[in-house]
Amino acid sequence: MSATVSIPTILRTHTGGEKQVKAEGSTLQEVITDLEANHPGIKDRLVTDGALHRFVNVYVNDEDVRFAGGLDAQVPDGGTVTILPAVAGGAR
Amino acid sequence: MLVIRADLVEQMVAHARRDHPDEACGILAGPDDGSGRPERFVAMENAERSPTFYRFDSMEQLRVYQEMDRNDEVPVVVYHSHTATEPYPSRTDISLASEPFAHYVLIGTRDPEQHELRSYRIVDGEVTEEEVQVVENYMFAHTGTDDVPDPAPRA
Repeated sequence: MSATVSIPTILRTHTGGEKQVKAEGSTLQEVITDLEANHPGIKDRLVTDGALHRFVNVYVNDEDVRFAGGLDAQVPDGGTVTILPAVAGGAR
Repeated sequence: MLVIRADLVEQMVAHARRDHPDEACGILAGPDDGSGRPERFVAMENAERSPTFYRFDSMEQLRVYQEMDRNDEVPVVVYHSHTATEPYPSRTDISLASEPFAHYVLIGTRDPEQHELRSYRIVDGEVTEEEVQVVENYMFAHTGTDDVPDPAPRA
């Protein structure tokens, strides 16, 4: 079960500058574990205390996983996982 | 330094005024060629609809970023408004800044007559304010020193 993962600019230091990498897994959790095995340090940028960071958006086949089970979201074989840091801020 | 076309400034300010007192946000896309020139105005929905916080709607963000990828564009400018305070990056702005190569433009709308516009780099929690040069078009913008030709854009 292999997925294509799109890496945002700010995390490409972990992938040697690559915009897209392959990862194995049938759930988002497994994909992230496999990512970490090949690109150490990336998991901490995505997950804390067993949950996705609030200000990281992850999409499986263009669906926001926040509404599809979070880390338990299913990743179909040949699917795409897109990581985008939330663009957020504000006066307070 | 941020060199930016006047029409793009007008569109950002108009967006900030329209959404006041809520914060407005969006990006200016430009070619991924190292030129750092914003070309295309994209107003984004503030999913928070708040006077003190903004966050791009996640699905709109995905669409816009995929469109930029297809066009070989990057978010040259990420802008938002501060509607009651100084247009200086807040602690939240700094801790959430996620585009190390973008110019972070803040538009202050606390004065109904006169907007404020300032630009910053935010990298690894460090804020650097930069000069903003507003030009009618980029052809005549002065971006290099007088005697040395501008470097070729990187591939």
